[in-house]
Amino acid sequence: MTSAFSGADWLALLAHFMSLSLLAIGGAITTAPAMHSYLVNDRAWLTDSQFTSSIALAQAAPGPNVLFIALLGWNVGMNAGGGLGAGPRAWWLALAGVGIAMVGILLPSTTLTFAAARWGHRNRELRAVRAFKQGMAPIVIALLIATGWILASSQGNPLEHWQPWLLTVITALLVWRTRLHMLWLLSTGALLGALGYV
Amino acid sequence: MTPEVANPQSDGSQEHKLPTSKADLFISFSILALQGFGGVLAVVQRELVEKKRWLTREEFLEDWAVAQILPGPNVVNLSLMIGDRYFGFAGALAALAGMLTFPLVIVLALAALMGGVSDSAAVQGALRGMGAVAAGLIAATGIKLIGALKSNPMGLAVCWGLAVLSFIAIALLRLPLVAVLLGVGSLACIWAYRQLGMLHPAKDAP
Repeated sequence: MTSAFSGADWLALLAHFMSLSLLAIGGAITTAPAMHSYLVNDRAWLTDSQFTSSIALAQAAPGPNVLFIALLGWNVGMNAGGGLGAGPRAWWLALAGVGIAMVGILLPSTTLTFAAARWGHRNRELRAVRAFKQGMAPIVIALLIATGWILASSQGNPLEHWQPWLLTVITALLVWRTRLHMLWLLSTGALLGALGYV
Repeated sequence: MTPEVANPQSDGSQEHKLPTSKADLFISFSILALQGFGGVLAVVQRELVEKKRWLTREEFLEDWAVAQILPGPNVVNLSLMIGDRYFGFAGALAALAGMLTFPLVIVLALAALMGGVSDSAAVQGALRGMGAVAAGLIAATGIKLIGALKSNPMGLAVCWGLAVLSFIAIALLRLPLVAVLLGVGSLACIWAYRQLGMLHPAKDAP
């Protein structure tokens, strides 16, 4: 995949991420299927495994999961430059890819959030604004618990794969009832996983 | 900007505090982001509400609703909103930079070192174990916020009904998020609007 990467290609990459930015309600991950079909299937700028491992790596590393977009940009640039071993030019292209991907995915949505949140805060005593915030509260709580449920479900059926489910439930109980630091829980999870218990 | 303000609204003896500077915002959000393995969401609640006390549980829930419904990464939206509230545009940028800078450096370093995720069984297993823990962290964050519904004008029973309905729609039926937010969400907002009018007909400040 050392296809020459023209200025038009960079522009198309930027436009692609910008067009998905405002659709990413519930996080950038919700637009991952659209990105996959464009970057992997249509343009062949990324391999399937590069795409999947970008998501896995961003989820395992600290920080917001949106950083998987940075990794997609990194890999697109790196492929354009001829791969990891191709020298400094590939590294610069990879960094350019990171910049373009992150600006593309964040600029439209953060601009909208900035303006909307300012308006909402200035008008926070308005009955409609208060109704929105109070009305959404139970749904937001349900959404958080549902996100935990969906993540746990990706581990498989709780009857066959009870170990990871048990770990999820114990973690939830510990975080709910104690002030145990999360890094302890995460490293315990990593250790149990590495040893093959979950 | 006073660094500490006693807040008579918040429950019990909890003190309401504020970020002291743009640097404080940047550093606080950096520390917060660096603890967020498997997503930052669970850490945000614990750091901002329980440790730093920049937000009460109720305020967090309100801000989270806004951050959630607007497009873009939720935690990025939230950092932007909080930064802007205390230090304007520069504060928003400081909080956003804190949220992204160091995690970006780390994730790129990892990508450069590994060239992707290692295929070894141990690494895959560790990722799986962390995934199971991350699921529990996020679910617990939601469970902890349930207490904040007590002061909701819609009433506890309606709140529970809406929450259960949303959970079934998203987690079990796997309906699209946008449909649930628009469907259940607009019902809830209309009900809350009506209740606010009935409870406080001429209320001008909370």
